Amino acid sequence: MEKFDVIVVGAGAAGNAATYTLAKAGLNVLQIERGETSGTKNVQGAILYADALERIIPDFRDDAPLERHIVEQRIWIMEDKSHVGTHYRSDSFNEERPNRYTILRAQFDKWFSGKVRESGALVINETTVLELLKNDAGRIVGVRTDRVGGDIYADAVILADGVNSLLARKAGLREEIEARNVALAVKEVHFLPQDVLESRFNIQEEEGVVIEIAGTITRGMAGTAFLYTNRESVAIGIGCMLEDFKGSGVSPYTLLEDLKNHPSIKSLIAGGEVKEYAAHLIPEGGYKALPKLAGDGWLMVGDSAGFVNAVHREGSNLAMTSGRLAAETLIALKTAGKPATAANLQAYVEALNDSFVMKDLRKYQHVPALLEEKQFLTTYPTLLNRAAETMLRVDGVDKKTKQRSALGAFVQDRSLFGLMKDTYKLWRAFR
Amino acid sequence: MHIVVCIKQVPDSAQIRVHPVTNTIMRQGVPAIINPYDLFSLEEALRLKDQFGGKVTVITMGPPQAEDALRKALSFGADEAILLTDRAFAGADTLATSCALAQALRQIGEKEPVDLVFTGKQTIDGDTAQVGPGVAKRLDLQLLTYVAKIDELDLAGRTITVQRRAEGGVQVLKTRLPALITMLEGTNEMRFATMTDMFRAARSPLTVWNKDDAGITDISKIGLKGSPTVVSKVFAPKPKSVPAQMLDIGGKSQTEIADLIIDTLSAKHAPLYGELFDRAL
Repeated sequence: MEKFDVIVVGAGAAGNAATYTLAKAGLNVLQIERGETSGTKNVQGAILYADALERIIPDFRDDAPLERHIVEQRIWIMEDKSHVGTHYRSDSFNEERPNRYTILRAQFDKWFSGKVRESGALVINETTVLELLKNDAGRIVGVRTDRVGGDIYADAVILADGVNSLLARKAGLREEIEARNVALAVKEVHFLPQDVLESRFNIQEEEGVVIEIAGTITRGMAGTAFLYTNRESVAIGIGCMLEDFKGSGVSPYTLLEDLKNHPSIKSLIAGGEVKEYAAHLIPEGGYKALPKLAGDGWLMVGDSAGFVNAVHREGSNLAMTSGRLAAETLIALKTAGKPATAANLQAYVEALNDSFVMKDLRKYQHVPALLEEKQFLTTYPTLLNRAAETMLRVDGVDKKTKQRSALGAFVQDRSLFGLMKDTYKLWRAFR
Repeated sequence: MHIVVCIKQVPDSAQIRVHPVTNTIMRQGVPAIINPYDLFSLEEALRLKDQFGGKVTVITMGPPQAEDALRKALSFGADEAILLTDRAFAGADTLATSCALAQALRQIGEKEPVDLVFTGKQTIDGDTAQVGPGVAKRLDLQLLTYVAKIDELDLAGRTITVQRRAEGGVQVLKTRLPALITMLEGTNEMRFATMTDMFRAARSPLTVWNKDDAGITDISKIGLKGSPTVVSKVFAPKPKSVPAQMLDIGGKSQTEIADLIIDTLSAKHAPLYGELFDRAL
């Protein structure tokens, strides 16, 4: 059996980015994906961040299946019947090369995988990698698949096998991901006629809206919800930390039903027909939960490595960027005639450190701990919504009294010292 | 021995949705697969090759994307794949399709005589079961449909004996070669391709034929022109408007629940009660 320069396990955003970059540079690459076609196992909200893809396929806008570019971002803090929120909408997002798009992963991945094949990589589907092959020195030298004659060797293996990374665990390269570091998200895609959708969201053709939601909708569990507009559908979803689901006993689909029935959401999706239902795990442990990223003969990218910025709802761009950096590291080693040893692959970790991937993960390293404190998830959202209602209701009570009662509620629920502590925590987590 | 297997790439009918507004079929995002009935024929052809040696050629008529179906057939062990693709084939019904395929098979046979042709029993998107017999007719092949088992293949004597599932029983038929066989579903199970075959399938070049390559000169017999079938209307079946009725069975015994179901049903369908009553007697 022939030997490859690199084997990439998995055809998600990270695996495709890595494979494409390697094959474009002329390396002999094999990509193995267990799904029937590349993309069938992939789930995302989904927002595509143009920059990360542009650095891999500069002219992707020419033929990639994109739904809408984002012109408006809403952030909602929800209480049971209300929300307090912000909008940012700008016509300058209607630019020639928009920065963010909504996409349907099933279609996008088909396109991306087509690009990977065109780049010259050998893509093998419906094949599961069972384990990594090691030599006597403990160096990863290839993979074992579930097919007859399925041991295949390579100079390096890129693990892009997703959030659980069973391969890395089996090979003892990382620990099992902890329930406190992984979120479970569920989503639905609701079909709506294009004209209905555009008038409901006050958008023109091609324009899109993103709504990011937090508050009591997650019932005190650490998590967020979202609504994205596609061309003729909306994606709506919600996710919380797995450990919180375990503790509360609340099922994810109950939360999704709550969300769909929330008065602020209900009329936006009314009359829609559910076209798709999906669930997925998201590694949200952040910087402190990162495993070892490379070793003798192997590199870890994307979800396998835990590259998700939970605060900004970014993951696929971190995945693509890590995939590209892993590929570039291997290309450089190949050009220099150097082996993929742990010491040489340290260049990959350094490249990550220099990139937004690690910088952002480091910046928000305290956020996961912050979200374990309930006041940020239920108390403040409730107080905010009540304060807004108090101030807006015109009922003969003077504004000064209203203001006092709104502020008083904050002090009563969190105490002055508590408020100061929380402010400090927020500042520390987001500075 | 040379076997040709005709396959078709079809949308996975389990995943087809009808557009709620326009009532048209939404192909967007629906995965394309090899017609499942074709796989039983392909596997049977491969088993014959394993037993007798020789060569299996797969052919499909379809758009360029049908390449995926051919590559998959190669991964299972087919030796050569031919993609018959031309704008002139667009809009073909079963008659025009069998004309085009028959001519392509003639062309294949000129290079390398064909002993057996396999097609699927029918497709899951058209469900007509006409193309296989249509090809057999045009090439004067012995036609063996709904074959459950191949009992004997005598290459020296140029005969084949099969068991054919027929109404009310099984027919054992013996006929001369060349013959066209459509296999019954469930008669075998498609093999799991080896890694070597996966690599070969992904890398081997495909033979792509347009109508001229296939030796088709009379374009009045192919594509839309050669298709007398007219689709007059396409519509989605109306969903049942009567919602399901929930029965409260809290605390009831099994007998009581059964009675409740019978009573509820017969309250809505009086004749049903009479019939049940008669049968019980």
